[in-house]
Amino acid sequence: MSTAVDVVRRSGEFFAFCLDTLRGLGRRPVQVREFVQQAWFISSVSILPAALVSIPFGAVIALQLGSLVRQLGAQSFTGAASVLAVVREAGPIVTALVIAGAGGSAICADLGARKIREELDAMQVLGIDPIHRLVVPRVLASMLVAVLLNGLVSVVGVSGGYAFNVLLQGGTPGAYLASFQALGQLPDLVVGEVKALLFGAAAALVASYKGMTAKGGPKGVGDAVNQSVVITFMLLFALNFLVTAVYFQVVPQKGS
Amino acid sequence: MGVEVAVRGLTKSFNGQPVWSDVSLTLPAGEISVLLGPSGTGKSVFLKTLVGLLRPDRGSILIEGLDLPRLSERALYEVRKLFGVLFQDGALFGSMTIYDNVAFPLREHTRKTEAEIRAVVTEKLDMVGLIGAERKLPGEISGGMRKRAGLARALVLDPQIILFDEPDSGLDPVRTAYLNQLIIDLNQRTEATFLIVTHDINTARTVPDNIGLIYHGHLAMFGPREMLLSSTEPVVRQFLNAQRIGPIGMAEEKDAEELAAEAQSGAELPPLPPIPLQLPPSDGRPRRAERPPGQWCREHGVTPPPGSFADGAGASPRAREPEPAGGPAGTGGGAR
Repeated sequence: MSTAVDVVRRSGEFFAFCLDTLRGLGRRPVQVREFVQQAWFISSVSILPAALVSIPFGAVIALQLGSLVRQLGAQSFTGAASVLAVVREAGPIVTALVIAGAGGSAICADLGARKIREELDAMQVLGIDPIHRLVVPRVLASMLVAVLLNGLVSVVGVSGGYAFNVLLQGGTPGAYLASFQALGQLPDLVVGEVKALLFGAAAALVASYKGMTAKGGPKGVGDAVNQSVVITFMLLFALNFLVTAVYFQVVPQKGS
Repeated sequence: MGVEVAVRGLTKSFNGQPVWSDVSLTLPAGEISVLLGPSGTGKSVFLKTLVGLLRPDRGSILIEGLDLPRLSERALYEVRKLFGVLFQDGALFGSMTIYDNVAFPLREHTRKTEAEIRAVVTEKLDMVGLIGAERKLPGEISGGMRKRAGLARALVLDPQIILFDEPDSGLDPVRTAYLNQLIIDLNQRTEATFLIVTHDINTARTVPDNIGLIYHGHLAMFGPREMLLSSTEPVVRQFLNAQRIGPIGMAEEKDAEELAAEAQSGAELPPLPPIPLQLPPSDGRPRRAERPPGQWCREHGVTPPPGSFADGAGASPRAREPEPAGGPAGTGGGAR
């Protein structure tokens, strides 16, 4: 019973925290320096893992489809399937994993350490709102990096699929490229970027909230990071499902 | 000139567990007050409540006519500019150098040029004796230095109220003596209102103008230094003289049985030790809030314990030879 109340209270606090952050977005002065530093930091920890995860992702799709489409005689559509899978699903998911796992955990650990060292208290006493000074730039940076990362994952993923299909499976380069438009369409990319934007915001908000409410010494920070990653994963997959469901209702699909 | 802080009926609890209740006290403007109490009695919680980091359940904190617990978040940030707080470990920003840490409040709140900032920061760092360590990161310096850097940062906006959270914890006796002297000198120079939270009785006996004691969830006593040091109230007496006999036990307070056993065994309280002289500012000029030794006792008809205010038998403490900066924290009457 008390745990149920606890969950409700935590969720309420988290939403209040999100609203505070939203309000902080409009406050002057805009923390440009912190934003640039954070954007640089988050991209430096997430670009390489994102690229390395998306190459096998594209290849796996090509591998899965390869024998099947050959039996059906639809080899010329491998490219179409690859674009569909990577741009619509794999891109946002890989972005979510990397942003939550690499960017979110770093944000949470950083803010958690500041919290238990009383740095955040000191900042408040010095008359500076940590949400405005620290959280808002991190959320914005995480959103920007997520959007860019999604682009990167899409390009690298499709290239990986192309290389695998053409070099290893003997597919025709022209057919792969020509079928890009067969199933996929531009709104797929747009919705992918929208998802990435939401994922970036959600991951940074959860990580910041968890970090800023860490307590109980260094172990508390460890727990906060752990919880933040788990919660973010669950939240991002749920969000992904919701956005996809809405997208299919709103935007007419090809071939339907 | 400092600002008066009036606390009325303040009560705080965590998850239904009361920390302390109905605390009322007034920190007189420009004076140094010490808040004492056994470990775990919520002294730090009191300090955090005072700056609005924690909201009390009930009660008010009045500063310049504003009631802190009822202020909006934004108004609170404005009032906090009156405060300077020294946190236990200095609470420096780990990613910035000492110089940037001290400059941080100036860069955030003022439109000073870098040259002006440099002048202020250098002055404050000089005050706490940290010239030469500006380029170091907080992780690269000792605990005592971190504390002094934290103090420099707390002072940089010229606060009217300065709060110290255990300034002497984890410091060796010599560094504690230097820090106590620094506190006295700062009060002389800035005339701000000081509140020191500590459980070091040597600090409590020699530094402040006023002493408060939190015990068993309430404020046992708050008043002038001489009042508490000459008090025969069991809790105050036990704590200020670091004795085992009395109501405070190892875990928390002793229960009735233990107290009865103690009374039966005929354990007698040792006589009150002499009241030491208050630490004078290092340049010999008196502080504005300073009162002559023994004044309170005379005015209230209390006979101080024999040997009190010794060190020149009745003469003014000023008559003593000038102390080297930071020397005399442990002197003046032999505390224990």
